[in-house]
Order: sequence, then structure tokens, then C-alpha cells
Amino acid sequence: MDLPLLRGLMTVVMLLTFLSLFLWVFRGGKHRFDDAAKLPFADADDAHSPTDSEARTP
Amino acid sequence: MNTQVSAEPYDTGIIRAFALATVFWGIIGMSVGVLIALQLVFPELNTPWEYFHFGRLRPLHTNAVIFAFGGNALIGTSYYIVQRTCQARLFSDALSKFTFWGWQTVIVAAAITLPLGMTTTHEYAELEWPIDILIAVVWVAYAINFIGTIARRKPQHIYVANWFFLAFVITIAVLHIFNSIQIPVSLTKSYYVPAGAMDAMIQWWYGHNAVGFFLTAGFLGMMYYFVPKQAGRPVYSYRLSIVHFWALIAIYMWAGPHHLHYSALPDWAQSVGMVMSLVLLAPSWGGMINGIMTLSGAWDKLRTDPILKFLVVSLSFYGMSTFEGPMMAIKTVNALSHDTDWTIGHVHSGALGWVAMMTIGSIYHMLPAVSGRRAGEMYSIALVNVHFWLATVGTVLYIASMWVNGLLQGLMWRAVNDDGTLTYTFVESVVASGPGYLVRALGGAIYLTGMLIMGYNVLKTISAPATETSRPEENAPDASAGAAAGAAA
Repeated sequence: MDLPLLRGLMTVVMLLTFLSLFLWVFRGGKHRFDDAAKLPFADADDAHSPTDSEARTP
Repeated sequence: MNTQVSAEPYDTGIIRAFALATVFWGIIGMSVGVLIALQLVFPELNTPWEYFHFGRLRPLHTNAVIFAFGGNALIGTSYYIVQRTCQARLFSDALSKFTFWGWQTVIVAAAITLPLGMTTTHEYAELEWPIDILIAVVWVAYAINFIGTIARRKPQHIYVANWFFLAFVITIAVLHIFNSIQIPVSLTKSYYVPAGAMDAMIQWWYGHNAVGFFLTAGFLGMMYYFVPKQAGRPVYSYRLSIVHFWALIAIYMWAGPHHLHYSALPDWAQSVGMVMSLVLLAPSWGGMINGIMTLSGAWDKLRTDPILKFLVVSLSFYGMSTFEGPMMAIKTVNALSHDTDWTIGHVHSGALGWVAMMTIGSIYHMLPAVSGRRAGEMYSIALVNVHFWLATVGTVLYIASMWVNGLLQGLMWRAVNDDGTLTYTFVESVVASGPGYLVRALGGAIYLTGMLIMGYNVLKTISAPATETSRPEENAPDASAGAAAGAAA
């Protein structure tokens, strides 16, 4: 295999990697990352933790 | 995930040290900035001592605001955020202390060597080889401490802010090492191994990714923690934040050649840099929208909470400068803007507007939380509000005057008469830039005034007891930072 072909294939591989990232992220529901999104509020100390009514899901 | 963490003690002392160092070096670095801005208005300020000439102080200014102000802010907030989102104490107290004192040593060494004229001449990488080695050692210690803390995390998931910090830590290590391949000829002088166009390419691969990872990815890490925290609601879209992360770090790497348009760099490399810079608009704006939309449904908080104002206006400036950047990377636009003050305006739209306002908002949230108060509970919220307006007005004056100067210079330099001779001499463009330089110095001085007010507010916050100050909102417990402007102080 020559170098130009390898470079072309590399572009295809990177494009596929990127597209599969999108598929992975958007597969399985809006609320899949809700727990992750709430991590900043998981520790106890502060007045800024969202109340139940406030904790909107994205 | 909603379990409240019991009293696992976080290391707060080191956070306070970094926060105070941030404010201190911010004031120093911006003071030098105002001085060199005034030197361009009043050349007499270039005193007989060469140590204080523009050429020596300019790298001191850039190093102080980027690596001292920005660096302390990044390390400090990353230590704060990683502890809280991983619910674990920092990996090693010794490494934490080492990163703090090591980093301050680097800064002091820079403050001594740059005015003495010791420089590698590589922009944003001016420090000579012994300091480069110290930076590398401190950075590895920082990386071990940060990654070690993530390894100790309680939640399974690594919060997105930490991803951005990880990308920042790892990439800066790679950039710094590869842009420091140099042969020492004495203790204070070294020469780069790559030469010519290769040297330039490596330099701007380093330089633009210092923007992309030091001044962007790290501060996006701050954004993804402090904006949701201060707004009291989770980030607008966590899915978008994941796409934002991978797209941003994948594309930023390729944008460097836009610093070298119409140079000896091969034409194809310039075009790659231009196209990748244009593509970069998408992840940049995705991140900005994600941050601003986090306030969706809570816009009213912007009326009363100046800390949130800092964070959101910071994102607005981020959006502005990440639109302007791709535009300036287009070759034909760059033909007008290159080497003019437009570039300086663009940089400061990012530096004063995005980086510094994000830092200031984050410190205002974080410092009280590590000083025995509630997060965001500064000594005086009214002074935070004053600071917000000074910072905003200062930034706008700065960037508007540099836009005017940049266009003026670009147009004057390219104007030709019918017979092909230049219409203007260079010095005519310098004379025409005078008023803009004055307005710029004024804007910078206003911004610095805000930082001095911040310094006062910070000192009072760490020294005054929390119980007797700035709690007029006792009856409105959901708005600790939302005291109406003017109610406090």
C-alpha cells in the first residue's frame, strides 16, 4: 500500500470515528447523561444546589 | 448520584493559595500591560534603563497574564473542581504544594530574566532553557496529582469539566516539550534545533494550541463547572458537551498555520490552517451556546447576580472572538489584518473578555467556598457588580480602539497611488494610530481598576468573619450570590 492511499484511508477512519462518536452520544434517550450532568451538585456544601423544581433535565 | 457527600475533607488551603496568587499576578500582569500601553502613547516612558523598555516588558506582560494569572487560575480551579466532582481529596498534598511553589518560582524567574533581556525569542515561549526544565517538572507533578485524583474518584463517571482539564494538562505538556527542543550554549542562552519554516511551523503549532488548550480548553473546564454551579442548574446539554469536547480538541490542533499566511510555509499548509480554523467555529459556538443556554429558564438571575454576569458575558466575548478568529484566518482577510492592531484587539477580546472574566467569575464563586463562607459569598457583592461594569467597559474600549487602529493601519499600508507607489509612509500610520492607543490605555486602566477593587474585596473576604457581612439576603436562601447590587458593602 502506498502512502497516498494510507493517507486517504486515514481520513476515512477519522471521519468514521467522529460519526460513531455522534451515534454513541445520541443513542439511548435524552436522559442518559442526567446523572453525569448533576455531578457538580453531588457534594453537600453550598447554597447553589438545585432544588427539585429547579433541576431541569437537559 | 444525589447522595450527599459526608465530610471527606477536601484540600482547601491549596485552592485559596492559588486563588490569591491568581488575583495578585493578575494585578501585576495587567499593571505591566497598562504601562506598556502608555509607552506606546508616551514614548518618553521608555526610560533610559533598558530593563523597562517596551521590548523587554511586553513578553513580561504576556507571560504574567497568561502563565501567572491564567496558570494559577487554571491549576487552582482544576484542583477545586476535580476534588468536588470526583468527591475525593487531591491525590497528594506534597505534590499540591510542589505545584504551587514550583509554579510561583517559574513566574518569579520569568519576572527577573525577561527584563534582563534573556529570551529564546519564541513568542509565548520566551523563557530560557533552565526555566523550561522547571516548567516541565512542575507540569508533570501537576499531571500526576490531577490524574491521581481522578483515579480516586467515587462516582463512576468523569465529569466533562475534568475531560477539558485533562486535555489541557496533557496537550500543554506535549506542546511545551516539543517547542523547547533547544541546544544550550550557556546558562542563559540556547538555540532552537529546528530552523526556518520548520521552526515557524512548530512555534505556531505551539502558539495556537497554547490558545486552544491553555486559554480555551482549560477555561471551558471552568465554564462547565462554575456556570452550572452559579446558575444552580445542570449544563444545558451534556450530550452536546461530549461532542463539543471531541470536536474542539480534534480540530484545534490543525489551526496553527493561520499565523503564517503568505509566509515561507508551504501554501497547502496555510490552506489547511485556514480551513481548520473555519471549521473550529462549530465546536466553539456549540460550547458557547451550551454554556449560555444553561441559564435557560433562569435568566432573571442575571439581573441580580454579578458573578453570573461575569460568567455569561465571558461566554459572549468567547462567542465574539471565536467568530472573529476564523474570519481573520481567511487568507484574504488576514492580508488586511496581519501585523495590525486588529490582532491585538482580537487577542484581548479573548484575554480580557473570555479568559479573565471567566477567571474572575470563578474566583468570586470559589474563593468564599474555601474561606469558610458559602460559594459566591464575597465580602461585598456591590463591589463585584462595580468590578463587572469596569471590566466590561474596559474590554469594550480596548477592543473597539484596536479594531479602528487595525483597519486604519491595514488600509493605509495597502493604499497605492496610480503609479504604484505607496500612498502613505509607515510613520503616517503610526501617527494616525495615536488616538486609538490612548483609548486602549484608558480601557486597560479601567480594567485594572476593577482588578484592584477585586483585590480589596478578596482581602476583606478572607479576613472578615463570614457571619457579619454581606448576608442581607438571609431571607432569600436560594440567592446567596444574588444580593441586589448595592445592598451589600
